[in-house]
Amino acid sequence: MKSPRTHFRKVESINGYLFALPYIFGFLALTAYPVLYSFYLSFTNYSVLKSPQWVGIENYRELFTDDVFHTAIKNTFIYMLTAVPLGTVMAILLALLLNTKVRGMAFYRTLFFIPSLVPLIATAMLWMWVFNGEYGLLNDGLRRIGVTAPNWMGDPAWAKWTLVIMAVWGTGNAMVIYLAGLQDIPQNLYEAADLDGASPWKKTKAVTLPMLSPVIMFNGIMGMIGGLQQFALPYVMFPGGAPARSTLFVSMYLFDNAFNNQRMGFASAIGWVMFIITLILTLTALKVSDKFVVYDRS
Amino acid sequence: MKRKKTLIIAITHMALVALSVMFILPLLWMLSTSLKPIEETMRNPPVWIPSVIKWGNFPDAIRYGERELGYIPFLVYARNTFLLAILTVTGSVLSNALVGYSFARLKWPGRDFFFAVTLATMMIPFPVIMVPVFALFKQLGWVGTFRPLWVPAFFGSAFFIFLLRQFFRTIPMELSEAAKLDGCSEFRIFSDIIVPLAKPALATVALFTFMGTWNDFMGPLIYLVDQNTFTLALGLQAYQSQHGGTQWNLLMAASIVVIAPVIVVFFFAQKTFIQGIATSGGK
Repeated sequence: MKSPRTHFRKVESINGYLFALPYIFGFLALTAYPVLYSFYLSFTNYSVLKSPQWVGIENYRELFTDDVFHTAIKNTFIYMLTAVPLGTVMAILLALLLNTKVRGMAFYRTLFFIPSLVPLIATAMLWMWVFNGEYGLLNDGLRRIGVTAPNWMGDPAWAKWTLVIMAVWGTGNAMVIYLAGLQDIPQNLYEAADLDGASPWKKTKAVTLPMLSPVIMFNGIMGMIGGLQQFALPYVMFPGGAPARSTLFVSMYLFDNAFNNQRMGFASAIGWVMFIITLILTLTALKVSDKFVVYDRS
Repeated sequence: MKRKKTLIIAITHMALVALSVMFILPLLWMLSTSLKPIEETMRNPPVWIPSVIKWGNFPDAIRYGERELGYIPFLVYARNTFLLAILTVTGSVLSNALVGYSFARLKWPGRDFFFAVTLATMMIPFPVIMVPVFALFKQLGWVGTFRPLWVPAFFGSAFFIFLLRQFFRTIPMELSEAAKLDGCSEFRIFSDIIVPLAKPALATVALFTFMGTWNDFMGPLIYLVDQNTFTLALGLQAYQSQHGGTQWNLLMAASIVVIAPVIVVFFFAQKTFIQGIATSGGK
């Protein structure tokens, strides 16, 4: 006869699997299988109309010599390495300002947060109008202070920066996260710093930023993964990566190959290059963070 | 010392005011444009206060080109988007609650390993799985229907499972044990005890799912073919690209119509929003 304890454990296991069943199925069908299949596809010629044909590493070899792809990688990295740090700095600055417990904190917080609520496509429409070379708000402002206003969206040298500006504008999400992180810092650390006669700047440097570093790390990584996949805004604002491919991002090139050129094997290879870049970035970030991030909060 | 403190407060306030102007100005500009007659959108320097407030831009934007070819059925887009939002929110709350419960409160062989794998999948860029998932839905004959956009919501998502698991774990196990001694089935414990206690966390999942669906551009772009099935995000994009000489006042009015529900939801659920985002920040 089985003991009631093993019986209970067995029932719990069965229940466990039953409750998890939707995701077990979802994981297999919508994550595990697609990841493995796309790896296989990246070594084939494939359009949805015809079955995949094995071509070995041909797709990867093509990527290696494909100037358009190189441009897309370069643009994506320039965007990532400017938008993420600038967005982070702005988010931390806003959080620090709000954390001084000034009056009207909730009001300011709402103001800074609202832009990140605006749906991406509406964001695109709004800023296309702001950046409008002739009648746009930004250039009016620039002309007023006597700066020669660039044709933001039509000039290859400037087009990318419109997206960076928009990223900084939409940083309210991160601000909320940093604000929560700041409010978690034990007050006694500041009291100790006060006893030592530390200036506000010193306190920020010696207490606030180190204590906030795990949150900065996490959000930095997530921001980079997101930045690497930047798609909707440039796709809508700059069809085909115009002007002169200066806003062509990796995701756009992938999408274009998959759905406009029906080169789905090639597109899968691009996807895998993105995946590998993501892995390298994340692992490097974690490695670097061992040096700077303070995880021990005791 | 005291004077220095007042100075710091003054500087903080000035910085906050300057920054909030920067953040809010583009939105005010959109609002101003949406209420202008068309001629006043093309003035240099720009007009901030329209000479006449044209509320009519909003109905005009919604019914734009009704009598022309390529008519944009804006209300159809809105209906489609709401329909999808209802389906995805339902699916997401149901499935993630069940799965999160399993990971948090039930023991089964392989659970912890599978949870680690689930977390790791959050690193996979969406474009990697885009092609196989498309091929799969194509084979099922689902391309051109709403199904690829809502059915996956019923199979859980790693991020929400994580969020709910963390929350479910904070509920004392004694509650479940006591109910079990009373002869409650696992599902009854879940539905009658745990779910009512987890309302704030479930609200967060519902909210984020709603926002995700409202915002989604790539999904509809890939799967929707017929204009009558378009969502607002896709429709707004079509609006812009179909009209060479963009009528900015109408486009801004249409954009406001797309933004408005989100802002309304935000003001009703501000606390859920702020707490949800704060907990998603790696704590």
